[in-house]
Amino acid sequence: MSDEQPGAEEAGLYDQARWQDGNRYEPLLAEKNSREVDVETPLPDDLTRDSLELPDLSEPELARHYTRLSQMNYGVESGPFPLGSCTMKYNPTFTEDLAARADAAVHPDRPAETIQGTLALYDRLSASLAEIGGMDAVTLQPPAGAAGEYTGVLIATAYHEHSGEERSEIIVPDSAHGTNFASAALAGFDVVELPSGDDGRVDLAALSSAITEETALLMLTNPNTLGLFERDIEEIAAMVHDAGGLLYYDGANLNALLGRARPGDMGFDIMHYNVHKTFATPHGGGGPGAGPVGVVADLEPFLPAPRVRGTDGEFELFDPQHSIGKVHGFRGNWLVLIKAAAYIARLGDEGLTDASAKAVLNANYLAEQTDYEVPFGPFHHEFVASAGDQDAADVAKRMLDYGVHPPTTKWPEIVPEALMTEPTESETKRSLDKLAAAFNAVAGEDEATLGTAPERTTARRIDQVAAARNPRLSWQSLGGE
Amino acid sequence: MGGHDTGSPYAPHTPADTAAMLDAVGADTQADLFDIPDSVRFDGELGIDARSERAVRAEIGGLLAENGDLTEFLGRGQYDHYVPSLVGHLADRQEFLSSYTQYQPEIAQGFLQALFEFQSMVVELTGLGVANCSLYDAATALGETATLASRVRETSGRQILVPEHLQAGKRGVLDNYADGANLTVESYSMADGAVDVDALDAVADEETVLVYAESPTVRGVIEESLAEIGRVAEDNDAMFCLGSDPVALSVLEVPAEVGVDTVIGDAASLGLGTAYGMGLGMFATREAYLRQVPGRLVGAAEDDAGQRAFTLTLQTREQHIRRERATSNICTNQAWVALRTAIHAACLGPEGLVDLANECITNAARLAAAVDDVRGVAAPVHDRHHFREFLARTDRPARVVVDDLCEEGFAVHAVDDHLLGICVTETNADASEAFVAAMAEVTA
Repeated sequence: MSDEQPGAEEAGLYDQARWQDGNRYEPLLAEKNSREVDVETPLPDDLTRDSLELPDLSEPELARHYTRLSQMNYGVESGPFPLGSCTMKYNPTFTEDLAARADAAVHPDRPAETIQGTLALYDRLSASLAEIGGMDAVTLQPPAGAAGEYTGVLIATAYHEHSGEERSEIIVPDSAHGTNFASAALAGFDVVELPSGDDGRVDLAALSSAITEETALLMLTNPNTLGLFERDIEEIAAMVHDAGGLLYYDGANLNALLGRARPGDMGFDIMHYNVHKTFATPHGGGGPGAGPVGVVADLEPFLPAPRVRGTDGEFELFDPQHSIGKVHGFRGNWLVLIKAAAYIARLGDEGLTDASAKAVLNANYLAEQTDYEVPFGPFHHEFVASAGDQDAADVAKRMLDYGVHPPTTKWPEIVPEALMTEPTESETKRSLDKLAAAFNAVAGEDEATLGTAPERTTARRIDQVAAARNPRLSWQSLGGE
Repeated sequence: MGGHDTGSPYAPHTPADTAAMLDAVGADTQADLFDIPDSVRFDGELGIDARSERAVRAEIGGLLAENGDLTEFLGRGQYDHYVPSLVGHLADRQEFLSSYTQYQPEIAQGFLQALFEFQSMVVELTGLGVANCSLYDAATALGETATLASRVRETSGRQILVPEHLQAGKRGVLDNYADGANLTVESYSMADGAVDVDALDAVADEETVLVYAESPTVRGVIEESLAEIGRVAEDNDAMFCLGSDPVALSVLEVPAEVGVDTVIGDAASLGLGTAYGMGLGMFATREAYLRQVPGRLVGAAEDDAGQRAFTLTLQTREQHIRRERATSNICTNQAWVALRTAIHAACLGPEGLVDLANECITNAARLAAAVDDVRGVAAPVHDRHHFREFLARTDRPARVVVDDLCEEGFAVHAVDDHLLGICVTETNADASEAFVAAMAEVTA
């Protein structure tokens, strides 16, 4: 390992923990100790298995195993995490204490009169989200952002069917999150891809030719994935509405707008909120998130069942008149929603507005400090820089050596070798200066250095192509390693 | 913590920093950074008052404390088991909790390994070759299986067969997935709480793409005809999907050995317990369907140092690459719950899991016998082996009994006009005697 990194003095260095045992890092649980036990039960033998083989370790051994694994992982508290479109902001710890309460974990089938506290909080969070988005009603049931999109698409379907129309197409800009395309397809729609204009925004002429009587929905992110506000949003909404379609707001980038602009005021009919982005609930290494969906009044009867309503402080569950039914077996990821409710209550109007202002300030400041070119603007909570002649994926690997989780790379494709960067409001000026130094150090490094990075993380560069060619997805598949 | 601007306590800017940063970007005010037309700027109030951390904890904690203090004998898809203290303490380590999906595997080996271990445990429990690292819950896992079945089947059938006894949320989610994939869902009859194989055989035909059955069922019945169900599915070239859970699978027949192609279920009974419905969608299938699997997969790999390492793999199935041709729209899943489940399972070990499963069998049998002794109540309704839960038939209307039991401090399900659903695990077994006494009180 080279001890010299050109930008180390300014950017700092990082050596991740690396537990090593022969040709592996921490051995697997099953490699430490596995035991096969005979299965004896009160049931007839033909209904049961003969034996069960699983890891068999003591509590101290397990505590050490998982502590070591955690040391070989990187979270928001480890260092900057400017992963574009993911809003990796700091997750306040006190919200965990609320979510861990025993009275938060009631069974979903308890009678409503015995869970009035849960329903009151459910109702309050729905109302806060409705205010924040400028929507009339909100469901908390979708368990993630993609599930929110899917819910929105189902609502649009139900609405059109109720109006006696069957529409088969959903329009999605080419720069949209991949989930938009997949959610539309999951609900059985044909996806019409909308090419971006030269300025990185929706091209009105292209939109005009894409809209037909088959258009059920236009899905938009605003600011879009380049961080640009769709300035023509009112005209876009009018075009879609005039053709009888609906407008969907992908909430992945809502952290740019809190308290300053609301999707409902822009003409959006349906939106989802990513509480694990905008409202600081931890990402958990890939979930659980939550993807509440807000709608305008006309669409309220189509929301998933059940909904919560309160009269004189008494809360009850009810099924909306034309409900699309269920998008989760129960009520969604409730413990995550509690954390979002706590975060929103902690910040209030002033804090929410400030969070977005600082997120946008941080993105602008970081972009200003970096040597990489940022082709589009003015951007908001995130910007997309171009790695130019460098390979963006290699840039990302090298940034790891500076103790920085890298940006999202190679997307959106409108920017060559894209580095999609979202520092969030959580970083101080000092931290952004170091982050910029890391960007700039990597910008000055040669192909050979980038190609062999990272050096200082637990694992060195991983051969993902070989892993996909020969999938080994369990310890049973590792054979005699 | 002082010194920062007013506003978000988690935006750590001092006024001097803010001024310097604005200066650096050439803006006078923060508002100037927003390129939003005036006509859509929001000038109103959201009407949410900021509060101190202490006040929020008191307020939301106070709300939750308004939930009645009931002893739950509830199941039907959400189950409470004692979660060892170690699980929460380890899973809450911030390196796990506040990390992202492992798109940079070199810096995320710890979580990747934990998920690989989770997948491996599911492989052991199901006997199937491939497990993913989670879907949202059992219901969405069933929905994803329906679309999987229609993709992998070589002929053109469109029909999904499900048992008549099915948790309503599961059926509702499945109906929506089926609609989108142009599939239809039909239910087949049960006989005394288990699959009526002849009835199933009569409705299955070349149109059938998926046969779904459960063991234990939503009524707690342990299915005795899995191999026969599998044969019906096979005869019709349909996929056989079994709904179960990791505790039950620790002792029940190995699904892969009785013709099961896909196992789904909620695995959150380990690691999380009841959480107002929050779950962990377990999904395992045969290796033949690997390229069609929904959700994320962790695989073993090698790094440049020649060391074994882990990475997300086969990502060309996923939405961020394949977009509308992806196997699913899922990206964020329940990874952190899977971590908790894996730690809980590891805490129990094979012997602990078998013991826990046996408790689920003996506790249910014992409580059913005690409830059966109550006048005006018969239990279990089905003359079958049960796991955790069972039905009781009451002379009085079930809704009335449920309400009266609530007054006595107990919660059970009203499943039908005169049917109660009762679930017992090690966490409420100690209250069994008091529960039976309350039953006697309210059914007399």
